[in-house]
Amino acid sequence: MFENLSHLALQQYWWVIVSLLGALLVFLLFVQGGQTLIYRLGKDDLQRTLLVNVLGRKWEFTFTTLVTFGGAFFASFPLFYSTSFGGAYWVWMLILFAFVIQAVSYEFRSKPGNFLGKRTYETFLFINGLVGTVLLGAAVSTFFTGSSFSVNENNFSQWETPFHGLEAALNIQNLSLGLAVFFLSRTLAVLFFIQNVNHPDIMVRARKQLLFDAIPFLVFFLTFLAFLLLKDGFAVHPQTKEVFMEPFKYLHNLLQMPVVAILFLSGVVLVLIGILRTAFCFEKCSDYGIWLSGTGTVLVVFSLFLLAGFNHTAYYPSVFDLQDSLTIENSSSSHYTLTAMSYVSLFVPLVLAYIFFTWRALTRKRIDKSELEQESHIY
Amino acid sequence: MDPSLIDWSRAQFALTAIYHWFFVPLTLGLSFIIAFMETMYIRTGDEHWKRITKYWMTLFGINFAIGVATGIILEFEFGTNWSNYSWFVGDIFGAPLAIEGILAFFLESTFIAVMFFGWNKVGKKFHLLSTWLVAAGANLSALWILVANAWMQYPAGMHFNPDTARNEMVNFWEVLFSPVAINKFLHTVQSGYVLASVFVIGISSWYLLKKREEMLAKRSMLVAGVFGLVMSVFIIVTGDHSARLMAKYQPVKFAAMENLYEGQTHAPLVAFGMLKVNESMEEHKKEDFIFKLEIPNFLSYMAFLDANAYVPGIKDLIHGNPERNIMPTTEKIDKGRVAISALKTYKEAKKSGDTAKSDSALTLLNANFNHFGYGFLKDEHEAIPPIKLTFYSFRIMVGLGFLFVLLFIISLWLVLKNKTANKKWFYYSAICMIPLAYLATQMGWMVAEVGRQPWIIQDVMPVSAAVSKLTTGSVQVTFVLFAITFTVLLIADIKILLTQIKKGPKEGGTSHV
Ligand code: HDD
Ligand code: HEM
Ligand code: HEM
Repeated sequence: MFENLSHLALQQYWWVIVSLLGALLVFLLFVQGGQTLIYRLGKDDLQRTLLVNVLGRKWEFTFTTLVTFGGAFFASFPLFYSTSFGGAYWVWMLILFAFVIQAVSYEFRSKPGNFLGKRTYETFLFINGLVGTVLLGAAVSTFFTGSSFSVNENNFSQWETPFHGLEAALNIQNLSLGLAVFFLSRTLAVLFFIQNVNHPDIMVRARKQLLFDAIPFLVFFLTFLAFLLLKDGFAVHPQTKEVFMEPFKYLHNLLQMPVVAILFLSGVVLVLIGILRTAFCFEKCSDYGIWLSGTGTVLVVFSLFLLAGFNHTAYYPSVFDLQDSLTIENSSSSHYTLTAMSYVSLFVPLVLAYIFFTWRALTRKRIDKSELEQESHIY
Repeated sequence: MDPSLIDWSRAQFALTAIYHWFFVPLTLGLSFIIAFMETMYIRTGDEHWKRITKYWMTLFGINFAIGVATGIILEFEFGTNWSNYSWFVGDIFGAPLAIEGILAFFLESTFIAVMFFGWNKVGKKFHLLSTWLVAAGANLSALWILVANAWMQYPAGMHFNPDTARNEMVNFWEVLFSPVAINKFLHTVQSGYVLASVFVIGISSWYLLKKREEMLAKRSMLVAGVFGLVMSVFIIVTGDHSARLMAKYQPVKFAAMENLYEGQTHAPLVAFGMLKVNESMEEHKKEDFIFKLEIPNFLSYMAFLDANAYVPGIKDLIHGNPERNIMPTTEKIDKGRVAISALKTYKEAKKSGDTAKSDSALTLLNANFNHFGYGFLKDEHEAIPPIKLTFYSFRIMVGLGFLFVLLFIISLWLVLKNKTANKKWFYYSAICMIPLAYLATQMGWMVAEVGRQPWIIQDVMPVSAAVSKLTTGSVQVTFVLFAITFTVLLIADIKILLTQIKKGPKEGGTSHV
């Protein structure tokens, strides 16, 4: 079935899958956002333990999604993998460090004899929440702002600044997206806590906190969006494959791909509804904000990825030499490999199904003090 | 490429892989042991089994977390530190990594949540199923990553595409079912089963020594004894097969592992020996024996199942041996250089539209592609891997492998005859076996990875051509960061484990504050 598709169709299919994984990842970053709120919302040990435990049952999903996102990108667009990871070395290394220290923190935090003390592991969680979100956001933003690298005739790449990726943090547009992701992850975390924690004080504090994160999120996101829609973009000539700067390229992409525009706008609306309902009509409108805003987040990020890669656009532009920019056509795996991987992708719905099923089985009831007392495994 | 950059990148990969491998084998084996125990609980309804299951699950969880933490680095390091590699073979190598994420990691991480938090939330049968799925997930991760590694040892199912300047996959099944991949998977997961069994027996012995938790200790010892004994027999079979595959596909590694300088028929196996560097032969890495204990004919037999068989030595493989039809490495290097320059000519001719020239360059490239990787080597001596490390590592691994068989037999005999009381000599030796099991598994990887130097992919790409263009300083900084972080986390991990072991199982099976 897949072997009959053209190479281009497979490349597009895989760009969609990578985009979907990226979108799910950003949604799942609510775990990271939550980690930065433990002390803000939890005023004593019990409250913090509640918050850590409710996040602790989800952290593996975020982590595994990140790993799978990396793996899928490698398998489908290896030139991106080698160019970006080998080039923007410091950005990726910092992100990875932030995830290394996270992975042990839940399990070790409350164990006796844990060597570093509870506070250290909580600090690790905070660092992961801050560094992980901001840098991932900034890294995604370079899909639109470009980086300085070259690719030679054998497709071996080289970074052309000595800062190896750190320079990306100096760009306002990248920073805006980084901070937007950070505040978004906190906003989603608040919504998630409201739905899943059963503790009156936390509830009150969480509802107060919501707008403190939602408003900065909107400010930074709109800044990023303004840059995006107004700036020149990296366009690819359909025939010659030459890369050139096109004014308002991303705005054009949005208008020329109405489906993407609809996804994008409905995503934005859903995010807002989720926040507004929880903020202003909580008692009547119930507490499903996390699902509305979460779905919205997935749609928005998904459509941003499509804007970067589709409609004759270079998704990983080189500002060093435009012609070295990566497009989904010049950076992908072979037809054979994409076909083989496409068969594997048929398992994705199954994976999503069992994740959904177990998620429901474990969070049917809000977590509270009595549950912590009964459980044998506590973070 | 700067040699210090290559060395630091290798050191960093080695460091992070070694750390990852401290935790992975226990996950692989303990997940099954726990699943057996929980199955016993469901079948007998005996609450003691539940308590035992939960106890080992706690230790599993602690180990698992740090296993995950060390794994993520490795995955991305292919991109960060071996970016040329990632392009050159990414079309083949990326696929197993992606499949691992989709099919294995999610399975493991989803059901692990049910395993730990589901006791009061899902039915007993579903809980048991989740525990088994965690074990399956862990072992599936091992499958895919080992397929990737086996492919580096024995590249199969690919062809070189000059237009993209990379190797492309032409047959997925050849990659997945290559004989090296199958054997590597079996041998490596079995090493995890053996290690976990030794771990369980060692800790149980400690309880017996302290006269605590005797029921838990004996039952655990029974489960681990059976599992370990069966697997330690299998591991010898698959290990022996590894050696045979190595003799066939990586003869230089084989010669280095045996310190066999001159090839011979009826080659004896050095069961144990001490090496001394032969200064005058430094370049050739010739090492003489100070003393050795030999088993006649056994090496020929191990390599080719024939006591008569000829086993080529390093000298034959490097300098060639016309009698045995072995091409000298210098000739391979020449062919490799021809292939590399033909690729360059091909590219230039293609650009200028000169089809005649590009066609002839392509023919030349194809004729010499088999030795492409050799074209990157400076001289023939570069093709010899470090000998001492491979030689000793192999002997330590094999020696310990036989020792573990003994351990499992004795522990089973003691449990089944109900003679576990007051066997201090046994308790102490069993506890000492735990670090030795870790040693054995690490030594296995030393043979496999150090022995394939200078190749990152056997005969196709040397390590020196694979590395990312970074400054040595950057890699040094990340190396130190990893060394510190992982060491601190390892200390924390060991302290937590020891504390949990000392506390023993609490009511309900686990303990926390
Ligand atoms: C408990 C650990 C353990 C034990 C007892 C053994 N092995 Fe092993 N061995 C491993 C753990 C291991 C390993 C860590 O799993 C390796 C590293 C790479 C691999 O494929 O498996 C390995 C690799 C490895 C290799 C190198 C494969 C390669 O280069 O690709 C050989 C030749 C053997 N083993 C042979 C043996 C033999 C003949 C044994 C007989 C007793 C043996 N091993 C016991
Ligand atoms: C987890 C067990 C493993 C251990 C302990 C291990 C150990 C090592 C060591 C010691 C080196 C350095 C060799 C040298 O430079 O002399 C190395 C290099 C390397 N290994 Fe492994 N390895 C393991 C698994 C793997 C796997 C599964 C893969 C691939 C899928 C892999 C890929 C590499 C690569 C790419 C390098 C760097 C290049 C090279 O030196 O060849 N390793 N490993
Ligand atoms: C050098 C190549 C390797 C890479 C790139 C790698 C990658 C990873 C990653 C990213 C994780 C975290 C997964 C998660 O998010 O849950 C992980 C965990 C794991 N890996 Fe590796 N790994 C390597 C070597 C190995 C080897 C050689 C084995 C087994 C034979 C193995 C078996 C496992 C298992 C069982 C886990 C589960 C967690 C644990 O260890 O406790 N890995 N690995």
